[in-house]
Amino acid sequence: MTMKTILAGATIAASLSTTAFADDPTKVGFVYVGPVGDGGWTYEHDQGRLAVEEAFGDAVETVYVENVPEGADAERVLQQMALGGADLIFTTSFGYMDPTINVAEKFPDVMFEHATGYKMADNVSVYSARFYEGRAVQGHIAGQMTESNVIGYIGSFPIPEVIRGINSAYIHAKAVNPDVEFKIVWAYTWFDPAKEAEAATVLIEQGADVILQHTDSTAPQAAAQAAGNVVTFGQASDMAEFGPFPRVSSIIDNWAPYYIARTQAVIDGTWESTNTWDGIGAGMVGIGEITDAVPAEVKASAEALRDSLASGEYHAFTGPLNKQDGTAWLAEGETADDGTLAGMNFYVEGLTGEIPQ
Amino acid sequence: MDWSAINPILLLASLMVAATPIILASVGELIVERAGVLNLGVEGMMITGAVCGFIVAVNSGSPWLGFIGAAVGGAILSLLFGFLTQFLLSNQVATGLALTLFGLGLSALMGQSYVGIKAPEFADWHIPLLGDIPVLGPILFQHDPMVYVGLGLVAAVWAFLKFSRAGLILRAVGENHEAAHALGYHVVRVRMLAIMFGGACAGLGGAYLSLVRVPQWTEGMTAGAGWIALAIVVFASWKPLRLLLGAYLFGGVTVLQLNLQAAGMAIPVEYLSMSPYLATIAVLVIMRAGRAPGSLGQSFHASR
Repeated sequence: MTMKTILAGATIAASLSTTAFADDPTKVGFVYVGPVGDGGWTYEHDQGRLAVEEAFGDAVETVYVENVPEGADAERVLQQMALGGADLIFTTSFGYMDPTINVAEKFPDVMFEHATGYKMADNVSVYSARFYEGRAVQGHIAGQMTESNVIGYIGSFPIPEVIRGINSAYIHAKAVNPDVEFKIVWAYTWFDPAKEAEAATVLIEQGADVILQHTDSTAPQAAAQAAGNVVTFGQASDMAEFGPFPRVSSIIDNWAPYYIARTQAVIDGTWESTNTWDGIGAGMVGIGEITDAVPAEVKASAEALRDSLASGEYHAFTGPLNKQDGTAWLAEGETADDGTLAGMNFYVEGLTGEIPQ
Repeated sequence: MDWSAINPILLLASLMVAATPIILASVGELIVERAGVLNLGVEGMMITGAVCGFIVAVNSGSPWLGFIGAAVGGAILSLLFGFLTQFLLSNQVATGLALTLFGLGLSALMGQSYVGIKAPEFADWHIPLLGDIPVLGPILFQHDPMVYVGLGLVAAVWAFLKFSRAGLILRAVGENHEAAHALGYHVVRVRMLAIMFGGACAGLGGAYLSLVRVPQWTEGMTAGAGWIALAIVVFASWKPLRLLLGAYLFGGVTVLQLNLQAAGMAIPVEYLSMSPYLATIAVLVIMRAGRAPGSLGQSFHASR
């Protein structure tokens, strides 16, 4: 009895046991960049996970790992999840893009879904929400709420997703308030409450009376509240506990329908690698209640904007628009194509400062 | 870029606030290390203090009770470390790292039902007369009381180590525990007290984040502040006043780089983001004079 035979026997036993347990619940894994209690981005993904559990009951088992750093560590976590028998894995942050692709190569029978990225494979889908549609509504309100005409923006990382949001908010703030100016601070983190609070405080000290954030914690909301006269918007999650002021509205991510649909596809065996990018219309992006701190006519026009974005009759990037350096981007009436939006790495005309490269 | 957008008075004032959690945590660790114990669990004790302080403050309505709760919470967690390293003689580095992981998990568990709740307000002190001095008033004398507690602690630790007999014993234990033991000092007792003090200070630093700076509870909210505190102790050559300098430098450059970004400085943001770390390390290394306590990180047992 050589080592080889023992190993071979073990392999056969292992493969038999996998088939024997084929009736086992479908296992769905989630990898989170922050803690589920962040009150923002990761919280909403976890709500999606809970919705999957509720929808399928015993037929589906979910597992999740939170606070997974973007990079090599993510690869290890993904690998373990795949080895642990997951059939479908959602990787819910941009920085998991390469780890997801790498691990997916090694596990062709496991389906992967990567949020907000652009690299696909036969067993890797990408999905994201058109948050920039929500940013348009935010900018529309922000431009009219500001008295100092300075709007502070806390960016996380200079990736297309975030730059799109800045551009969209700026275009729509500028449309209602030609004097508006954006001050942008890059925090280089998705989640660091102390740093986010600091960034918000700095922006407020430099005259901003509206703070937009693309980071995940509620710390900027608290900083604005302490300042007293500063408007904020909930990010990723409703953050309603800071309403009706400073939080006057919010962008809510609603992943539940997508997660349920994709899990169903795996159960049915109809799962295919797809590229999903849904917005307000499909319900993936929600606009949180606009509070009474916003004047009635502003609220009405913001809701009209939201509805026209939802129905598709208006596109958040409609020309004429120039790039920051003054070169023409979109002609009158032209709308941006998804390819340009997905890789957006330039500011639109009027924004100051440079995008860190 | 627009220099006028940066208000130097507000900048210096926010520097004092930004440095406070690090000062609190690192001054505690300084005492621990001067007693010859290397506790790498600062991050874990900080986050536990943050959640304990938050829970007590929310339930009692008093931020002061919250800070006391945070100190007690941090000290209790550090007792675990003390028991393992001082009585069971476990490896201090490994135990400290485990304490950080344990603290992060424990705090997440304790804070489950406290996410999204607001902390009771902790008002700034506007010190009469002193607070009215132009320029200096807003920079130095219009902060919340914990800023002054932090400064007071540094001064007290400095005086304790330099002038008191107890401080001398603590240093003796840290420099050479065999000799201290031979002289009849109770090495383990001194170290346990130091560890508890370190835990309490780290707890205060954490609670400063959850009750004043942020102020709310979110999992993992210390986001590495404990590691910075640890590093500052080393780079400050285990001297309290240098530690103060290091923490202010770190806090100051952190706030300054955000200000420069917001004002549209033409330096790549990546360099600005790394600047607090670089500046602090560079200055403290250049000034570096001291050496580590002789028995740092070594286990002690009277029979050896």
